[in-house]
Amino acid sequence: MEKTLIGKPVVAGSAEGTAIVSKQPISFWGGVNPRTGEITDRRHERSGVIVTGKVFVFPQGKGSSTASATLMESIRAGTAPVAIINLKVDPILALGAIVADELYHKTVPIVVLSREDFDAIQEGDHLVVEPNGTIKAETRKTVQ
Amino acid sequence: MQVKLSEKDQQMLEGQHGKAAQLAMSILVRMAEVYGAAEMMDVSQAHIDGCGLLTDSGLEFVETLAAFGGRVSIPTTLNMVPLDLQNWRQLGVPEEFASKAIRLAKAYTDMECIPTWTCAPYQGYLTPRFGQQIAWAESNAIVYANSVLGARTNRYGDFMDICAAIAGRVPRSGLHLKQNRKGHLLLRLADIEPAILREDTFYPVLGYLLGHLAQDKIPVIEGLPANATSDQLKALGAAAASSGAVGLFHAIGVTPEANTLEEAFQGDAPEHVVDVHFADLARARSDLSTAEKGAKLDAVVLGCPHFSYAEFRQLAQVIQSERHGLSRPVVRLIVVTNQVAYALLQRSDFVNTIADFGVEIVLDTCVMNSPIISSDAKVMMTNSGKWAYYAPGELGVRVAFGGLCDCIRSATQGFVQRGETSWKKP
Repeated sequence: MEKTLIGKPVVAGSAEGTAIVSKQPISFWGGVNPRTGEITDRRHERSGVIVTGKVFVFPQGKGSSTASATLMESIRAGTAPVAIINLKVDPILALGAIVADELYHKTVPIVVLSREDFDAIQEGDHLVVEPNGTIKAETRKTVQ
Repeated sequence: MQVKLSEKDQQMLEGQHGKAAQLAMSILVRMAEVYGAAEMMDVSQAHIDGCGLLTDSGLEFVETLAAFGGRVSIPTTLNMVPLDLQNWRQLGVPEEFASKAIRLAKAYTDMECIPTWTCAPYQGYLTPRFGQQIAWAESNAIVYANSVLGARTNRYGDFMDICAAIAGRVPRSGLHLKQNRKGHLLLRLADIEPAILREDTFYPVLGYLLGHLAQDKIPVIEGLPANATSDQLKALGAAAASSGAVGLFHAIGVTPEANTLEEAFQGDAPEHVVDVHFADLARARSDLSTAEKGAKLDAVVLGCPHFSYAEFRQLAQVIQSERHGLSRPVVRLIVVTNQVAYALLQRSDFVNTIADFGVEIVLDTCVMNSPIISSDAKVMMTNSGKWAYYAPGELGVRVAFGGLCDCIRSATQGFVQRGETSWKKP
């Protein structure tokens, strides 16, 4: 089943990958290791999951100002998610993606969705993110 | 929305004020779009967080700006740096890490930032004034500047800070504007006993709970003691800005934009009212610890955010009052601070009490961002809600959160101790 979700691009770009979905906010510094791509916030529901190459779907950022530096370093190191989908604009994450683009011409697209569309994305969905913020979400049969 | 630029903004963007200002302005303009700002505005002070974490990309970014001849245009203080600049060798920081960290520090001071090296800039040099428009990064400093001082900054991230400092400009948006500073959520400290309010752990525990409840909303606290100290509000804000995205809180009768409920909510009604009960606080306190009582300790860390002079005095008082019962610490008892508090400590009459007890004072840095804790460490203890929040993820340790007395006793015993406190009641 394929759904088309119309989002607002915060940082524009194209990407494609499998959704990792969390209902909890996260601070990238203290929360995602830029060397390994692992969610290291041991208080987070997805602790231990690797976000590298995935589309990371979570409501919003929180916590540290260093989240921008952490995201930029993970973009440089190739450990970042391929895209980020949020419910609310997080300027600190957007900043990390924008400075990486200025410095390395590499970035991570960030899209915000309405609550309804955000809730429509399920863990494991195959997502295609387009520069205008449109997201195609396909639920595939996955081996649990 | 296309942001409206001043003539000078436009010149910076076109490179007429040098390549550093051009890069800074191009990032600021892109961020203006993210904030949905219609125009830019002046800021008159900045605090840089981008110097705190050593990454190859962060180093490359700042060295690029410095090589372009970047200079800050407004007074700009610096957050902690990834090593104790004087004592890193004794602390076992590897040479390769140190040389990069020193380059990181130098790039910022080359751009004429002030080498304050602290995450508690509001307790040191160049404290912003009420209503001042500033560009601050470092989550705990942001929440303190907005809430306790009544200065105005958004929650800026690393690299936006130095861009704002070079350009002297930020997008006109968010917490810079009075109408966006009104409270959303009212938290009433309903049935909290005075004895709990006097516990030194009360403030970080309340902060941790506040972050969870408020997320990115502006919480208003009713019932906070009017005599709350700078250090207590520091601990509260730091924890709230870790568990949540809190950039501003109000406390009725305590913080400057909240003399009354009406002022805090700017005449509107709260969106939500939450009564905070003893059980909520007790649960939050318990959640801050991931190590149990009696666990074998590897180290105790105090000073997150950086220890103040007043906190050194409290530490000396704990050591003196318990002197007869206390041997010296059997595990590392680390206090992290800045040069300002350290200089005052040297002039105090309790400096020897602290030195003789074997307290290890670390300057300029942060235990999370500097390789000074053995990777074998498994259990650590702190009195900081912020540190307790991040330590399991950043250092891979289990953490025990407790008051100053429990931290000191535990350091002397080598395992997590918990004395009698008011938290034990009902």
